[in-house]
Amino acid sequence: MAKFQLKINGKQLSVDVDPSTPLLWVLRDHLHLVGTKYGCGAGACGACAVHLNGNALRSCQLPVSAVGTQAITTIEGIAISETEMHPVQKAWLELDVAQCGYCQTGQIMSAVALLKRNPNPSETDIEAAMTGNICRCGTYIRIKAAIQHVAKSSKK
Amino acid sequence: MEKANKNQSRRSFLKVTSLTGGGMMIGISWFANLIPNEAMAHVADNNNWVQLNGFIQITPDNQVKIFNPNPEFGTNVMTSLPMMVNEELEADWSKVIVEMGDYDTPRFKSQFTGGSRAMAMAWMPLRTAGATARLMLMQAAANQWGVPLIELRTEKGEIVHINSGKRLTYGAVATAAAKLPKPEKVALKKPGEFSLLGTPQKNKVGKEILSGQSLFTMDYQVEGMLIAMVIHPPAFGMQLKSLDASEALKMPGIKDVFEFQVYKDGYVKAGFDTRTFNKLIAVVGNSTWEVMNARKKVVAEWEPIQTTKEPVMARGGRRDEMIPAGLESTDEHLRQMHEMQKKPMRVARKDGDPEAAFKNANRVIERTYTAPFLAHNPMEPISCFAHITDEKAFFVAPIQIPEMMKQNIVANLDIKPEQLEMKLARMGGGFGRRAYGHYIVEAGHISKKVKAPVKLIYTREDDMTNGIYRPTYIMTYKAAIDENNNVTALHVIGGGFPESPLHENRFPAGAIDNYLAESWELPTNITIGAYRAPRSNFNASAEQSFLDELAEAVGKDPLDFRIDLLKKAKANPVGKNNDYDASRYIGVLELLKEKSNWGSPATKNAKRGVSAYFCHASYAAHVVDVTMKNGQPYVEKVVTAMDCGFVVNPEGAKNMVEGAVIDGIGNALYGELVLEKGATQQKNLNNYRIIRHREAPKKIEVHFVQNNIDPTGLGEPPFPPVFAAVANALYKAIGKRLYHQPYIKELNKQKA
Ligand code: FES
Ligand code: FES
Repeated sequence: MAKFQLKINGKQLSVDVDPSTPLLWVLRDHLHLVGTKYGCGAGACGACAVHLNGNALRSCQLPVSAVGTQAITTIEGIAISETEMHPVQKAWLELDVAQCGYCQTGQIMSAVALLKRNPNPSETDIEAAMTGNICRCGTYIRIKAAIQHVAKSSKK
Repeated sequence: MEKANKNQSRRSFLKVTSLTGGGMMIGISWFANLIPNEAMAHVADNNNWVQLNGFIQITPDNQVKIFNPNPEFGTNVMTSLPMMVNEELEADWSKVIVEMGDYDTPRFKSQFTGGSRAMAMAWMPLRTAGATARLMLMQAAANQWGVPLIELRTEKGEIVHINSGKRLTYGAVATAAAKLPKPEKVALKKPGEFSLLGTPQKNKVGKEILSGQSLFTMDYQVEGMLIAMVIHPPAFGMQLKSLDASEALKMPGIKDVFEFQVYKDGYVKAGFDTRTFNKLIAVVGNSTWEVMNARKKVVAEWEPIQTTKEPVMARGGRRDEMIPAGLESTDEHLRQMHEMQKKPMRVARKDGDPEAAFKNANRVIERTYTAPFLAHNPMEPISCFAHITDEKAFFVAPIQIPEMMKQNIVANLDIKPEQLEMKLARMGGGFGRRAYGHYIVEAGHISKKVKAPVKLIYTREDDMTNGIYRPTYIMTYKAAIDENNNVTALHVIGGGFPESPLHENRFPAGAIDNYLAESWELPTNITIGAYRAPRSNFNASAEQSFLDELAEAVGKDPLDFRIDLLKKAKANPVGKNNDYDASRYIGVLELLKEKSNWGSPATKNAKRGVSAYFCHASYAAHVVDVTMKNGQPYVEKVVTAMDCGFVVNPEGAKNMVEGAVIDGIGNALYGELVLEKGATQQKNLNNYRIIRHREAPKKIEVHFVQNNIDPTGLGEPPFPPVFAAVANALYKAIGKRLYHQPYIKELNKQKA
């Protein structure tokens, strides 16, 4: 066990865990931030996507000891305010994307990161950025439409 | 009058989280709020809810809550079922709160997510619940005002006195209404009178889902909860011989490592009691990562099983299910299946004189189709929370049909039926997998042993290798064609491990004068169960691929060929027990023909394929456009026509169909679970191929036949016909018919 100071969603939080513990399980088991999902633990599904310094990354593949002072953002930390969702979340709501919903927090984290580095992604850009996120329910068409919706409204 | 009892009004963790504002959980209290515990559940309920019936509660300040009875795994029942209640209740839908009901089937009449039956089963009882409550609210207002009922109308959660314009909210009269006798009879609206049903409505719990709130079993946490995992044999056909837990027990955070038996010896299994391995090793500890590490230190010896018989009480009465010894493999399954196809089998249906027709045929076409085992791979792996104490057995379970698990849980955990309490968590997918709740019993055993609240988690590997799979199947179709290009006879043989995919009374039965259907099955020790449109999902692929080839052989357009056969079945049905309505079948095909602009590809390089199917009381047909993308076939666009009766929520319904189409494309092209020496070769999502974003079509157009027939299934029916539509379009694109799923594998094999 070892103590780690983590910067998550703008807060300093400390945990005492085995250094090899993937960030995913630190978030879920120890910090009760359960919006970051477990889907495969093998870096193959994207359900566990979080941001590390603004870039999307699979938290199941990142040992907590490797985080250091880098800022982590989870789905719980992307809203504009307590009452206002992030524009990407709003688009997801608007286009009624979710079916079971289990993959969607990971999808949103990947989409937010994509739109940050590329506010006006082409279809191919979206496909490339989102192909790491599996949706077993098959909501891909709506996911793409929601991303395009955000891109379009931010241009206005 | 029913009163909200303690049990029913206990707030679930869903409620706790939704009470915190429905939005983001940020700020000082965000940490504590995310640990819903059972004690908090009581505190959170301010008990102002007045219960009008099992589905409806209203507060004096006019908050209206509607309970969704059916477990939600993504089919949108959390929205569409409460819509049925509210159509008649006439509360303000935009303000209605929906809540997942706990397991309480007597209260909710039915709690059944499976067989695409949610809409049909809820249609009468839920609307009746809404209408009854509304009438009671109106009566209470009439009493208060001293006016006859007939002078009142309702509008968005208010009762209006038509003449005076006086208004009362539902909340203001709810307490008085709840004391009134329940009306014996209520009139229900007719489809033309609906104002909410039939309009597109967004997911009622969208915000909670998208903000990452604690909704799923995987998310559930209480004070003092332990994490458990189970280790199962490395292959089907193996069992636990001995366990050495000493090293694992020394690992940090580990509480217990032990072997346990899931079902008692001689337990008579009911239809949904299928379980994989009966002897498992439990590893229990403080956190997921610690348990994952400790399980690597478990030393177990495994041994081959003996052939056994297990008693089953299922639809056909009591029988013994044979579990053969041996380490099975896909290659051997295929060899045996092809072998079986050569022999005469059990006749399931016979019309006319097929033998004579084949003898007199001008041409005979025969084709054989196969499909592999499939793993459900719901996005949320299997999990279950259990806390068994002397007083009660409490579960948070992702389970499609909770009532079907009751006697199993009670019998194998030695609890009394009245001690059983179960919350139905939102499920991260199911597709049939979560109809088989052996994991509830497993979690219960573990909680009992360690005397603590326990969350059982399957890793993805556990979920995939310890599954209840879609069986592997084979089907051979043979047609006799005369000199005038008429199809005079059809012979179909279907079989598989351990069930046959055959539906002998489905189309084209009824359209062919001489018809013979035969069926067989062979035992296996690989566990199987329902997978999105069981049997139909393969049956349709073979049947609809063959019809396409047959149309070509007789020189007809494939879509017209189907319509012509159906017209014949409609005018002059051959034989008895045809289980489809030929008119509705023709209806979807004609709608599809029109909407897809059949005959002309949507884009330049696209090739088109068509397919249709009837199952779960609904009709579905697709046209798919295939292009080549980086040398691989790609389904670029799909047009779908559906007849599922009245469409309750067109928005949710479209989403569902899109999902089924994408699921179908994915499984047709890539889905397979290969067995070698009893072990699945795919163990995680890095080698079990699920369709991904860039492989999904750019566009799926969904068109519904407009009618006012009571709603029928939608989760399953659009899925089976996708496979053949893809295969038929692939044929046009590459000039080769494909017969063995997954098609990409067959295609690449042919290339090599
Ligand atoms: S859980 Fe991390 S990629 Fe699947
Ligand atoms: S919505 Fe179910 S996995 Fe994506």
